[in-house]
Amino acid sequence: MSTSPDALTVRDHNTLFNSPEYQEQRERKKQFEGGSAPEEVARVAEWTRSWEYREKNFARQHLTVNPLRACQPLGAVLAALGFAGTLPLVHGSQGCTSYFRGHLSRHFKEPVPTVSSSMTEDSAVFGGLSNLIEALGTSVHLYKPDMVAVSTTCMAEVIGDDLQNFIASARTKGAITEDIPVPYAHTPSFVGSHVLGYDNMLRGILSYLTEGKKSTSNGTINIVPGFDPYVGNIREIKRLLTLLGIKHVVLGDHSDSLDSPATGEYHMYPGGTPLAVAGDSINADATVFLQALGSKRTKEIVNGWAGEAVLLNPPIGIANTDTFVTEVARVAGVEVPDEITAERGRLLDAMTDSHAYLHGKRVAIAGDPDFVNGMLGFLLEMGMEPIHVVSSNGDATWAERAKGILAASPFGAKATVWPGKDAWHLRSLVFTEPVDLIVGPTHLKHLAREANVQLFRAGFPIFDRHHLHRFPIYGYAGGLHLLTQLVNSILDEVDRNAPDHSFDIVR
Amino acid sequence: MTPPVTTSAETQAMIDDVLSAYPPKVEKDRHKHVKPNDQSGGKECEVKSNVKSRPGIMTMRGCAYAGSKGVVWGPIKDLISISHGPVGCGQYTWGTRRNYANGQLGIDNFTVMQITSDFQEKDIVFGGDKKLAAILDELVEVFPLAKGVSVQSECPIGLIGDDIDAVSNEGTKRLGLPVVPVKCEGFRGISQSLGHHIANDAIRDHMLGSRELPEQTPYDITLLGDYNIGGDAWASRKILEDMGLRVIAQWSGDGTVNEMATAHLAKLNVLHCYRSMNYIATTMEERYGTPWMEFNFFGPTKIVESMRKIAEFFDDTIKEKTEAAIASYQAFFDKVHETYRHRLEGKTVMLAVGGLRPRHTVGAYEDLGMEVIGTGYEFGHKDDYTRSYPELKQGIVVYDDPTAYEMEEFARRLKPDLIGAGIKEKYVSHKMRTPFRQMHSWDYSGPYHGVDGFAIFARDMDSAVNSPTWNLFDAPWASAKKG
Repeated sequence: MSTSPDALTVRDHNTLFNSPEYQEQRERKKQFEGGSAPEEVARVAEWTRSWEYREKNFARQHLTVNPLRACQPLGAVLAALGFAGTLPLVHGSQGCTSYFRGHLSRHFKEPVPTVSSSMTEDSAVFGGLSNLIEALGTSVHLYKPDMVAVSTTCMAEVIGDDLQNFIASARTKGAITEDIPVPYAHTPSFVGSHVLGYDNMLRGILSYLTEGKKSTSNGTINIVPGFDPYVGNIREIKRLLTLLGIKHVVLGDHSDSLDSPATGEYHMYPGGTPLAVAGDSINADATVFLQALGSKRTKEIVNGWAGEAVLLNPPIGIANTDTFVTEVARVAGVEVPDEITAERGRLLDAMTDSHAYLHGKRVAIAGDPDFVNGMLGFLLEMGMEPIHVVSSNGDATWAERAKGILAASPFGAKATVWPGKDAWHLRSLVFTEPVDLIVGPTHLKHLAREANVQLFRAGFPIFDRHHLHRFPIYGYAGGLHLLTQLVNSILDEVDRNAPDHSFDIVR
Repeated sequence: MTPPVTTSAETQAMIDDVLSAYPPKVEKDRHKHVKPNDQSGGKECEVKSNVKSRPGIMTMRGCAYAGSKGVVWGPIKDLISISHGPVGCGQYTWGTRRNYANGQLGIDNFTVMQITSDFQEKDIVFGGDKKLAAILDELVEVFPLAKGVSVQSECPIGLIGDDIDAVSNEGTKRLGLPVVPVKCEGFRGISQSLGHHIANDAIRDHMLGSRELPEQTPYDITLLGDYNIGGDAWASRKILEDMGLRVIAQWSGDGTVNEMATAHLAKLNVLHCYRSMNYIATTMEERYGTPWMEFNFFGPTKIVESMRKIAEFFDDTIKEKTEAAIASYQAFFDKVHETYRHRLEGKTVMLAVGGLRPRHTVGAYEDLGMEVIGTGYEFGHKDDYTRSYPELKQGIVVYDDPTAYEMEEFARRLKPDLIGAGIKEKYVSHKMRTPFRQMHSWDYSGPYHGVDGFAIFARDMDSAVNSPTWNLFDAPWASAKKG
């Protein structure tokens, strides 16, 4: 643009409305608003930060405010995208599908192709059979998938649609051929969360693809990432296993489906675990679950497979990654190569270098159950002190595990674990028992700003920062990435708030 | 750089080719929805609209809940909209529409919050009425400054036979606050559109005309159908106030319960998004005799035209102020033109949006020398298309409820310099090396309405179209290989 003094200055919403003319407009509008007096607003705001309010807030029995969890079919869509050529089809109202596509796109910054059976009021009366048949027929004809993975919205669940029969009907009526795989999962939104939906859909897909495929060992280790919002994690796990010389299969692998290169051409199905490979997963020597809590349904079918099932905490930080490496090396019968030991040493070296800026920081953490438990390991290793540990979709089992992790470290002594609580509960916790840092998804940003506490974005969803999910937080390399982000974001804050004399050149 | 003129025949040939990929029944159906534009609005070329999307086609559309909670009710800042049912719907709409509002979040402003009854299996089995009643009691304890509540029904509510009317009526009496039941279950209707209508009807039945203002003036108007996305309504309100008008109610962006209840006192309703609020405008006309008119505050041509049209309704004082305001804007408009027009002249645009934008933004693009070569509505009705045909160039493709496949194929063939659609289309466009702007959320920018908005609109279109990133797609070794 021109740099002349009379050049156009474009002021957008960030600065425009600070100008006097808009401030005056804002004041003028108040006469029509019927709002509360400013003193009253200030008094109530202050009161909501008190212990008295905290008790009232925690007395809520029925009302949910700012929960940090989504519904089952969202997870089912992500699970489907982990398989090659797979089109997710959500049976029910069409608005849900638009929401899932938008929600995942906002996090991954990628296209999310998913179709709906577009049920309407008449389907509520007559059932959704004809909708599902047409949806299968049209989508397979038009979008040419190798597999369609069907899940359900609450509408289809409330009226009791039977996916197994409906899909069979679609075949007998010739809408789709006999040979196209159409696994399914019932994923009612009023049970569990997106984590359960992922687990249910994965179970559905694996049950379908592995049926009748039982044979002798294929010498492979299966890795089940679970609902993983970091495509970088899946890539990192694959890299580590390759370094270890372990033949492996990821079930399912959405790292390419949700991180495809820009080439000038749009491909609807980039990447994903090949269906034949997934079908053979039943013959693996072991199946390693990276989200122990979020894989219960899939584990039930894996229990019937020949190989061992290994349930792990997500490999975040040194000890969790050590366990992962040790376990996969054990089940595969390999030695850990020096290169991995060196990687571990590099992470550790960085942790010792940075520990001073993290040690003793009081932390509130919130997110999906397995994510929180994995992160706790890393935070404690850095000498950080978890204070409030919240998971809106965490149950009693999660809470027990989290407490166990905290109890194993002296830095965990001050923590309280809150299963099933929401971000409005967390707000009360943070105001009554302050922290230095909040770790969790984007939706905590208002709370963090109001409490004047830094938010370290991690978990799902992250809508307001770019590309974090493309990097790993798993493994030693992921740990280094996580540490780098964490310590530097803290140092950015230190610098931003430093008095002139303390604005140090070296930190 | 004048874009090639497309004839209706060429467009029809393209449409035929693209639609031939569908199964025959679907192909036949889609032909009714995709046509070359006929400016005269001839019957032949009339696009069929507002009917069900075919299952499995990958529609962009949402649902009635999205139209009610997401569009109409959600932006009202001092009222708590309960997403009544399972957790998802409220989660996916939590702050994503960018309805800006002044006020303190969680204290006297409840816009960017996810407040839900979070149905569990037992609520489906035994019904959720008792739970809803209990939630109302908890709400006033936890949020004492809330001025009202709306109950936004999700799919299960209508299916399990809950009586939210009764619970809401009792709640209104018990709490001394308006508690408004809204039956906007996602399966009702065929898109967001019925949700708008249901939401309007709920305002009519529970809010409209229920309060008075201490004083009235001959210049009292309401600003309807502006959701203050990125501050749109504030930029629009500025123009209306510059014209000497008194905006007594703003619906629903940065709006309040009081403004919903006093809007009937206006002398004129001005309506930006016709699609989502024509119902209440018509109701006010019937019930209170309040006239209403549509306007368009995108881009200088339409802004000036609309200002004069609105001023026509008032006396000379307003007309004079309007002319003075127009004159005062001119230098700014000129500067925007001077800065951006040469960078955008001749660039082509494909649009696919909701509400009013597939037609209302056309003028703003044209003000920058750009040309819309394809457009369509996600959930438009016949009256939207009738209003659109004359605004669009003859022969360009008009698509109703376009599918992901159609958008991709039309883009591949028409090679637009810019696509304006939603989040679901954005990243497909990026993969295809096609500049893109989200035209629902303004891609986290805005406002785009009003005088101030035009500069931002121009800047953003320029940054998309002229980003150097689009020039980096070919790896040198790849082009060397091609020879």
